[in-house]
Amino acid sequence: MRLLTHNMLSSNIKGVTNGFPLRIEVEKVVEKEVEINHDFLRNIFPKIDWKAFSDASRIMGYVELPEEAPEPSVLESDLEFLRKFHHALLELHLEEGALVCPETGRKFPVNKGIPNMLLHEDEV
Amino acid sequence: MKLKQLECLLGHLQQFSNPKVELEQYPTGPHIASRLLYTAENSFDDISNKVVADFGCGCGTLGAAAALLGAEQVIGIDIDSQSLGIASMNAENLELDIDFVQCDISNLGWRGQIVDTVVMNPPFGTRKKGADIDFLFVALKVASEAVYSLHKTSTRDLRFDVPQLYKFHKKKEVDIAVDLWRFVPKRSRGENS
Repeated sequence: MRLLTHNMLSSNIKGVTNGFPLRIEVEKVVEKEVEINHDFLRNIFPKIDWKAFSDASRIMGYVELPEEAPEPSVLESDLEFLRKFHHALLELHLEEGALVCPETGRKFPVNKGIPNMLLHEDEV
Repeated sequence: MKLKQLECLLGHLQQFSNPKVELEQYPTGPHIASRLLYTAENSFDDISNKVVADFGCGCGTLGAAAALLGAEQVIGIDIDSQSLGIASMNAENLELDIDFVQCDISNLGWRGQIVDTVVMNPPFGTRKKGADIDFLFVALKVASEAVYSLHKTSTRDLRFDVPQLYKFHKKKEVDIAVDLWRFVPKRSRGENS
């Protein structure tokens, strides 16, 4: 599971008001290189919840991202930043671990890169 | 990529070994999958460089097709771990980068509209009534640009071959007529475009 996907997933347990972002518990992170697409990064940047994303990247072991979202103009010219953004968003995979509901503490296991978000009967 | 080439690649994907009747599991054939994605990309520009989600991905055919046509990021969502296992393997065999999530669509917790396009071949609602509508409802909340979906109703050119997977199919192969729909979600009020 990449951090792009993590930036969209939230806990939908009954009674939870804000299930985003899910906390990450890491057991195994894998890095897989993919080709960078600058235009894609520029388009997706405003849609990303930056705090959730940069916090998550730190937990995954990558400390290069700034805590505050940069000005969009940075993406126009700063190739180094784009490379870091790309790396954290698309090249880091949580292979084994868990995603944790921020309100209930309920753990959704991640195995072979696939988070299991199935709810129990009493959580629906 | 040419349509024929896409159809050929999709034809090599592994499909359900033990399809579950109650989930209405059946493969999306390469013929229909290739044409669905080809239309989405060539007529509407909805696939390449976009974030695409495959709802009820099963063995991942539609998601794989999206990735082959240049989607920047593909996410496949399904309730069944066996299907997801096959889908992961299919993606790996074609060297495609697809994220998979195991989830019941009706309970999906999803933030915002990062996803551009949703492609899906949802359950028709023959086992669990209204299943196709559930899928549509969630898809329209998630997609920011378009939802492509196959639904059973009228007779059109697109026909869907269902080989005899389940015991109660009397004929050897049953053609089910399906329509391909393209839905465009309404923007919610007050949202900045």
